[in-house]
Amino acid sequence: MEKLNIADKEFSSRLFLGTGKFGSIAEMEAAVLASETEMVTIALKRIDAETETDTLTSCFKPHHINLLPNTSGARNAKEAIFAAQLAREAMETNWLKLEIHPDPKYLMPDALETLRATEELAKMGFIILPYIHADPVLCKQLENAGTAAVMPLGAPIGTNKGLKTIDFLEIIIEQSKVPVIVDAGIGAPSDAAKAMEIGADAVLVNTAIASSKDPVQMALAFKLAVTSGRIAFLAGTGASRNQAEASSPLTAFLNL
Amino acid sequence: MFTEQFNKYSWEIIKQSILNKTAHDVRMALQKEKRDLEDFKALISPAAAPHLEEMAVISQKLTQKRFGKTIQMYIPLYLSNECQNICTYCAFSLDNKIRRKTLSDAEILEEVRMIKKMGYDHVLLVTGEANQTVGVEYLKKAIRLIKPYFSNVSLEVQPLDTTDYTELIEEGLNTVLVYQETYHQENYKFYHPKGKKSNFNYRLETPDRLGKAEIHKIGLGTLIGLEDWRTDCFFTALHLNYLEKNYWQTKYSVSFPRLRPIELAGTEQTVLKDYDNYMNDRELVQLICAWRLFNTELEISISTREEERFRNHLVKLGITSMSAGSKTNPGGYAVEQGSLEQFEISDERSAEEVAEMIKKQGYEPVWKDWDKTLGAKLC
Repeated sequence: MEKLNIADKEFSSRLFLGTGKFGSIAEMEAAVLASETEMVTIALKRIDAETETDTLTSCFKPHHINLLPNTSGARNAKEAIFAAQLAREAMETNWLKLEIHPDPKYLMPDALETLRATEELAKMGFIILPYIHADPVLCKQLENAGTAAVMPLGAPIGTNKGLKTIDFLEIIIEQSKVPVIVDAGIGAPSDAAKAMEIGADAVLVNTAIASSKDPVQMALAFKLAVTSGRIAFLAGTGASRNQAEASSPLTAFLNL
Repeated sequence: MFTEQFNKYSWEIIKQSILNKTAHDVRMALQKEKRDLEDFKALISPAAAPHLEEMAVISQKLTQKRFGKTIQMYIPLYLSNECQNICTYCAFSLDNKIRRKTLSDAEILEEVRMIKKMGYDHVLLVTGEANQTVGVEYLKKAIRLIKPYFSNVSLEVQPLDTTDYTELIEEGLNTVLVYQETYHQENYKFYHPKGKKSNFNYRLETPDRLGKAEIHKIGLGTLIGLEDWRTDCFFTALHLNYLEKNYWQTKYSVSFPRLRPIELAGTEQTVLKDYDNYMNDRELVQLICAWRLFNTELEISISTREEERFRNHLVKLGITSMSAGSKTNPGGYAVEQGSLEQFEISDERSAEEVAEMIKKQGYEPVWKDWDKTLGAKLC
């Protein structure tokens, strides 16, 4: 399968994983390995920057899995920029999953502050992957601001509700010049496959794997679903039709 | 302010409406995906008792989906037992003739050293209400002192004004716990006959003032044992709904401490106070599950007031944070281990032992889930 390029990096896997909500670090590590992902996102707030051997970050090093620090908890651009700088230092990467959610209940991303932060952070040399609503206009604006990819949500984060925003995702995918990674809401491998079938470049999954009874098997299922969805997209899925084709087309008389 | 909404309700009518909930109401509440206050009433009503297992299954599922298999760890640090209030259920009450103690800077740091050794990164500062000695200035200084050692600092002290909260937030305060104790306005006076705390409305409006100060998290709750717990919990839920609408950028947690025996001075043994409105273990589990079904995103914490075996089982039922290895007396960790505690804890295991218990159940104890940089005031 062809590789995915984001900024200066090349990925063989189009599945990214979140590292929260697992019952133990060992369980998380096993799921990550089973998924064959090449990039995981880690919340800065969970990292103990003062201890050099932070178990959350150090367990990925031997496997050469890229770390994508996220700014979960930031309520505005200022906080996110500050957190980004610390994350860059703590995790030794200029890649950043930009999350700004002033609403701690549903963790809805703030479009205005995210755009503002993207402009600033791009100037500072960050590779930014912003978590956003499935808002096609915002995606174009982020592109102009220098984002490396966009991460529109499929449904409210952590809900496992699937691709509720599919109509908007399709527009985003059609218009985007940067990779589109469907982020929140993917609840089942079939959702991930669907996202890939409509042309998403990658998906990010956390809750669906972490809250499964068997995270390792679920990670494997997601790996397969993402691969098969991508292959289906490349093969070209047959267009579905709403109307039946009339046996006597209205314009048939023209042929007479 | 919440007072305006609160005044529209009558305690007795609410209490009766909860008791009148039927098995049908409970079944309807269980079937829904989004539950409202009426559903909450049904779930905490006696009619829901036969459905406890079903509630527990849903509660566990919802909690795991939102919070994962994790338990947040925090520990209280009692800074002072000086208090100008009389609270009939509290060992720090003004009329209890105990030796009073307020930690000095050096003593605070000594306590901090012990707490850090236990692995904690989230500390809850607790004091009585003594504005001369442990007023806003003292608290500001204390937060400044301990901030370098903790990512997350919470506070459980007397209600303050909005401007005070703003100043404390600037020092790095993240969360304030302020329990109404009881929403029964008439009887509140009976439990709090003297001191600033006797002002029911000032306490009731504290979360409003915190919301206006843009605090990150507010902890709500009532003391279980004073009045009818069902009615008190309904009012807590009403309060929460109001706050979530008005201060939508703030996070919320609830707690429902069951009153514990307290030691009264002059006697050698612990006086076992009898509380009229006792809540049994089944009921507490029902309450935890009802809260989870009512509000999926809410944080629920359980302190060392509860017993070891019971706490072990709660890990999987809907709670999200736990304290362990706690001392409820100022200086209890290092400075003056024998000073009088606020209440006697039940679960006496060390933080390490409790963390081990959590891990054994396939859950991860989380010590750090916040960063100083978030919410830091930047110039």
